[in-house]
Amino acid sequence: MLTDITLGQYFPGTSPLHSMDARVKIVLLFIYIVAIFLFDNHINYGIMTAGAVGVVLLSRLPLGMVLKSIKPLWWIILFSFGIHLFSTPGEPIFKLWMLSMTWEGVVKGFFIGLRLVLMIMVSSMLMFTTSPLKLTDGLESLMSPLKKIGFPAHELAMMMTIAMRFIPTLLEETDKIIKAQQSRGSDIGEGNFLQRAKGMIPVLVPLFISAFRRADELAVAMEARCYQGGEDRTRMKQQRLHDVDFWAGGIFALFIISLVAVQLTLN
Amino acid sequence: MSIELKHVSHTYMPKTPFERLALDDISLLVPEGKITAIAGHTGSGKSTLIQHFNGLLKPDKGSILVDGVDIGTKTAEARAARRKVGIVFQYPEYQLFEETIAKDIGFGPGNMGCNEEEIAERVRFAMEFVDLDCETYAHRSPFQLSGGQKRRAAIAGILALKPKYLVLDEPTAGLDPRGRQALMERFCRLHREAGTTIVLISHNMDNIANYADNVIILNRGRVTLEAPPAEAFSRSELISEAGLELPEVKVIMDDLARHGLDIQQDAFTMDQAVQEIMAALRRQNRC
Repeated sequence: MLTDITLGQYFPGTSPLHSMDARVKIVLLFIYIVAIFLFDNHINYGIMTAGAVGVVLLSRLPLGMVLKSIKPLWWIILFSFGIHLFSTPGEPIFKLWMLSMTWEGVVKGFFIGLRLVLMIMVSSMLMFTTSPLKLTDGLESLMSPLKKIGFPAHELAMMMTIAMRFIPTLLEETDKIIKAQQSRGSDIGEGNFLQRAKGMIPVLVPLFISAFRRADELAVAMEARCYQGGEDRTRMKQQRLHDVDFWAGGIFALFIISLVAVQLTLN
Repeated sequence: MSIELKHVSHTYMPKTPFERLALDDISLLVPEGKITAIAGHTGSGKSTLIQHFNGLLKPDKGSILVDGVDIGTKTAEARAARRKVGIVFQYPEYQLFEETIAKDIGFGPGNMGCNEEEIAERVRFAMEFVDLDCETYAHRSPFQLSGGQKRRAAIAGILALKPKYLVLDEPTAGLDPRGRQALMERFCRLHREAGTTIVLISHNMDNIANYADNVIILNRGRVTLEAPPAEAFSRSELISEAGLELPEVKVIMDDLARHGLDIQQDAFTMDQAVQEIMAALRRQNRC
């Protein structure tokens, strides 16, 4: 069923990772991803993998869910592995016409694949442990310095919040409409491409209408509560740093220092 | 013949933290030619239950028989059996999509493989039935209609399928009292004239008291009561446990009885109540 999809992906929980401030998580994630691309020796890959695994264990999420998050990108990982396999110069394992597979390629391909996996794994940890609302709030306050140059940080965050808020609603609506049309004998998702495209019309038309109706109602509701946009708005839930954020920052700093130290001694 | 559910269970989002058992080992019978009401509080599993009647949802366990045919299989027979059940969902007006009302109502029959002539015939029949004048409305856009008219046009879209079993999920929600009564009267006429079996999903017990031959009460995914209205309403503890209320008329009659009126027969529709009160007063020589 359509509503079985876990979109927004947030998994409620009480782990240290869940209770961290969203801004801290976003910043640390950003630095981690930069680090993945900056440090490229084998020991550092080991440290980074250990870090990622540590984060996953700390989140106390079911491991299956974490692995599932990698699944959609499996083909990209495999593809980049294949590219590196054949395009890296070095000692060939075997030759196929102009392509030669090399040991260097195997190693490089493996580490590129590892980079991608680490990146996806850690990013999805952010999505899994942060509610969409906290996430956009965090993004908004991180982007707020850009307001000085006219960047609509608040409006953007509000749009993201609304969009995310309505994903489950619209999914549910889509599910209802599909079922209603199926009850009238329509075969949605069957037949060839043209038939399928035609089968979407009875679903898309009512869905669009209801999306516009909802947008309209929401706008009225927001206006009725005197919503006017970003200026001078205060928050119900202030974002504050807690002990756990400082601990996370400290541990992460140690992590980065050790990466830098390894990199410097090896070069 | 009938719709029969045997030990049906259904779980939403199995094997995730959001797992929820919506139907728990449900067995019930919707007899042909009767009006069966299914009542339950929000979240009791009513909507999940009816989606099993025509195979929109598949049970995790158990089976559903429509006229003795298991609809869970992939045979042509099962497909035909699923088509005997027409479901009018809550707020059906949100499923309208065509350019004209006639086309929208004809969508179902078209999918069933009816030819042009038959589609036109069915559209006419369905529109007449829901009291939308064919001449006036057939070529208008469904989105120009008023709320109540949209509702009726959408219901016509199901009636055009000429289902043997018509399942109505809160068909009168959001309508004004007059529209509500008119619509229910039309369903009753369909029941009388075409012999259509009706399944009425509602939490409005007054509606159920007025129309149903049989009441099924759902509570947290289980059937807690399956009985004719007279018997069902006498078990007020089960009804309040399921988060429902007795019909207003029944409550008043009980109050009158408690205050010393000699009421001998159960009454839960207005007409019955008037007669019974008159009879009681006559018995007590006050009239």
